[in-house]
Amino acid sequence: MVIYSLTFYLFSSVAVLSALMVISAKNPVHSVLFLILSFVNASGLFVLLGAEFLAMILVVVYVGAVAVLFLFVVMMLDINFVKLREGFLQYLPFGALLGIVLVVELGILFLTDRSSNIYNNQTPLQPIVNEVENTKMIGQILYTEYFYLFQICGIILLVAMIGSITLTLRDKGGVKRQNIDSQNTVDASTAIEKKKVKIGEGI
Amino acid sequence: MDFFNELLVPGSIIVAQILAVVVPVLISVAFLVYAERKVLALIQLRRGPNIVGPFGILQSFADALKLLTKENIIPSGSNKIVFIIAPIITMVLSLAGWAVIPFAPGWVVSDINVGIMYLFAVSSLGVYGVIMAGWASNSQYPFLGALRSAAQMVSYEVSIGLVIITVLLCVGSLNLSKIVLAQQTVWFAIPLLPMFVIFFISALAETNRLPFDLPEDESTLVAGFFTEYSSASFVLFFLGEYASMILMSSMTVILFLGGWLPPFDIYPLNAIPGVIWFTVKVIFILFLFIWVRGTLPRYRYDQLMRLGWKVFLPFSLFWVVVTSGFLVYFDLLPN
Repeated sequence: MVIYSLTFYLFSSVAVLSALMVISAKNPVHSVLFLILSFVNASGLFVLLGAEFLAMILVVVYVGAVAVLFLFVVMMLDINFVKLREGFLQYLPFGALLGIVLVVELGILFLTDRSSNIYNNQTPLQPIVNEVENTKMIGQILYTEYFYLFQICGIILLVAMIGSITLTLRDKGGVKRQNIDSQNTVDASTAIEKKKVKIGEGI
Repeated sequence: MDFFNELLVPGSIIVAQILAVVVPVLISVAFLVYAERKVLALIQLRRGPNIVGPFGILQSFADALKLLTKENIIPSGSNKIVFIIAPIITMVLSLAGWAVIPFAPGWVVSDINVGIMYLFAVSSLGVYGVIMAGWASNSQYPFLGALRSAAQMVSYEVSIGLVIITVLLCVGSLNLSKIVLAQQTVWFAIPLLPMFVIFFISALAETNRLPFDLPEDESTLVAGFFTEYSSASFVLFFLGEYASMILMSSMTVILFLGGWLPPFDIYPLNAIPGVIWFTVKVIFILFLFIWVRGTLPRYRYDQLMRLGWKVFLPFSLFWVVVTSGFLVYFDLLPN
């Protein structure tokens, strides 16, 4: 159990510190890299809770795909560090307000009597020791009880995908594209044309 | 005494297990590099390395020593910390996946329930070493290599994910040992042959091997994302690439070629220990990797993207539907 608590403190402290670095790093690329570190440590915490499926999904989806594209975009930006500093005071009141609201909400959540809320039947944050793998448990509940919500999520994602494709897809014209099928069907009779060239005239 | 029992003993067992896996992997990387050079030489009618040691077998060790004694140059315009971390990440990730690989029944460091998801996650993280190296070098060629690899690895992961889903439909578990045991009647390479082919080709793209080695692409990008690397940091990239090649081969063997199982469960075959079967199959897949490298020319970038998104993705999606439809119709779904 000593190793268990040591790993817990390792993951949680690195997660919190890297989350802090996300907002305080000067270079935006460093911020994204710290965000990734924070994700990975959060997934480590999920593993310690016994939610290994969630942990792996977090790594595959957020770290392996979303953050890669995010990093991709941030690297391509031409960032002017001086301009980045300029707006700081202008945005400070609004940012501080958002932060205070979040802290107050978290505080209310901590101070309220837990026994009276809707989750009172569950003991919070304990590894569930069960014969059934938790991947199977998620599947069993997702496709039965939450079936409609699950389908609605799928439709929302589909709409977002089609929307982003229509925003970026435009036919500029004059773009040379390779048609693989027509290339594969080429043979000597269609590709080569024999001509008799008159001397001194050309084609 | 409490400290000794709770921390030192389990800690040293963990370290011993890790060493028992990592050291053979690193040694096999050295021999894989030698084998690759020999096989390529045979394909091209050359002799290959033949000076250092008998048949040149110690060539890789000599190369590693030479590289490690050279000066490690960090470009002055580079982002130093990221520049140094990038090869370390590549190396660590290529070794981390070995934690869940079952070499034989019970021969596994960590037999977790979501083994295949873990492998998928680790291989999808591999792109970070490349992107970070390309960006931190602060130079055009590495950056182009990094951009290419970001798009390439994300694209081929999608079809790898779908291929894994078809296998999982037939197994009913994400545990790698259970995936192997589900192939006792027939290896999945036979009923799921098209998926096996797609997985192998996507594995080539995922490990940046020819014909998809666009992130390095010597003929246009000098050496791609590791152009600026030298000495020890170059060695780490090199080791990382080959270790992840072996990792992807073992993943292929576990998913499609029955892991440690013999081809037929009859006497002379099943007397051979499982770890030998596993090694033989991994060597076979690695030979395919090298064979492809010696035979095919490099893909152009738009052709690579077309293959990933317009051929593999629809086909593997279609095959997921076909497989699940077949299993449901004939009532073959595993509990």
